[in-house]
Amino acid sequence: MRVLLFARARDLAGAHTLDIALPAAATVGDLRRCLADQCPRLAGLVARSALAVNGDYADDALPLPANAEVAVVPPVSGG
Amino acid sequence: MVRLTREPIDHCRLTEEVRRSNCGAVVTFLGTVRDLTGDRVTVALDYEAYPDMAAKKMAEIEADTRARWPVGDLLMEHRLGHLEVGDVSVAVAVSCPHRHQAFDACRHAIDRLKELVPIWKKENWSDGTTEWVHP
Repeated sequence: MRVLLFARARDLAGAHTLDIALPAAATVGDLRRCLADQCPRLAGLVARSALAVNGDYADDALPLPANAEVAVVPPVSGG
Repeated sequence: MVRLTREPIDHCRLTEEVRRSNCGAVVTFLGTVRDLTGDRVTVALDYEAYPDMAAKKMAEIEADTRARWPVGDLLMEHRLGHLEVGDVSVAVAVSCPHRHQAFDACRHAIDRLKELVPIWKKENWSDGTTEWVHP
């Protein structure tokens, strides 16, 4: 699954997106774990970040819809 | 109405645009780039957004604010890109019949923006280093 990265997440990964291997019927929580495993440099920030699915903040229990747009949303600092 | 822009924010225009004949109060909040944070000196900020989600969340905040207060009109703009000290990073202009409503609605909108909208700032410190702000 392709995951969009922003701000410090992008800097740490060295890329605007990552392709993360996921088990079948994965949840957002599975994605969180796989992100940390497959990109250890991101692990610390991912632990403090929200995950967004199709532009909404997603609970770790949420099953990942097919073809979802997924993003790592580090703690925000707008305004 | 909400907007992300890379241009300077015309907050005077926003203030005028929310005025309504049935609203006796207009409150405009401006967020501006500040030079001091503790003992560190900022020379500039870089603002970045997850654009589609940021616009979506700002629209949700507008709808939520309108549901809670009798809003005549509400305009919210956030600027992206490289901003110097003193530049306006965000403006929220709200009109309501009465001043307590306008103050409360405007405060709510900016408080929720700072909590929810996927926008990030990167400090450009006077010592030449830069740092994303992820509180």
